[in-house]
Amino acid sequence: MDFIYHVEGGDFTNAGSTSSEVKRMLKKLGVSPEIVKRTVVALYEAEVNIVAHAYRGDISVNLEEDRIHIILADEGPGIPNVDWAMQKGNSTASPKVREMGFGAGMGLPNIKNNSDELNIQTEVGKGTTIDFTNYFTH
Amino acid sequence: MTVEEIATLVQGEFVCGESFKNREVTHIIASDLMSDVLTVKDTDNLMLMTGLCNLQSIRTCEMSDIDMLLVVRGKAVTDEMIELAEDNDMVIVATGFSMYKAAGILYGSGVSSIY
Repeated sequence: MDFIYHVEGGDFTNAGSTSSEVKRMLKKLGVSPEIVKRTVVALYEAEVNIVAHAYRGDISVNLEEDRIHIILADEGPGIPNVDWAMQKGNSTASPKVREMGFGAGMGLPNIKNNSDELNIQTEVGKGTTIDFTNYFTH
Repeated sequence: MTVEEIATLVQGEFVCGESFKNREVTHIIASDLMSDVLTVKDTDNLMLMTGLCNLQSIRTCEMSDIDMLLVVRGKAVTDEMIELAEDNDMVIVATGFSMYKAAGILYGSGVSSIY
């Protein structure tokens, strides 16, 4: 099954609505609560990243019997130094983002900790694609 | 300790989900930083105490499987927050106490910290 969701940069009212839908879907499919939580925490952090940093983005969700594969592709400033951004505490978030409870440099490390496979591709001035997979059985 | 007992101790009021007042709280995380909350793995019987009063605090609870929220500093909980909280069977208590004061009272009354 494939689903696509659109996310607008700066739209904090709807930030997390895709993660919410995916959570409902995984619960309905009977995926274990631990894996549902890991998946939606990673997805929510990545969704908030689009809202916080990008102009817009699309989230593609591919569900198979044994795994969920999610691609978040945004149009935005990109990440100049991914290694730097992957370290806890490093962030370029605006004061507005910090007011929302994010922007403390924990998003990408949280995504890494909650995904089985993670790939980040980014180009400064164009955007970032975060691609992660979680397996339903270990 | 139940949510109702916590509400009494911090002189709080139920904003929504009063029917869940008998839920048991064993631990509290006090934070305005939602990414911090999202790192917590075991959220059974965990309550979030926060002064961050916006939709993201509710969304964070939803993603973290936290269904008990204590809003401090007298922040006004919006209708949108209540609607989302109700969709997720959450109970919200609001108090005018500061986070420091509420945390001190509850820690002193035996509710554990997560770390």
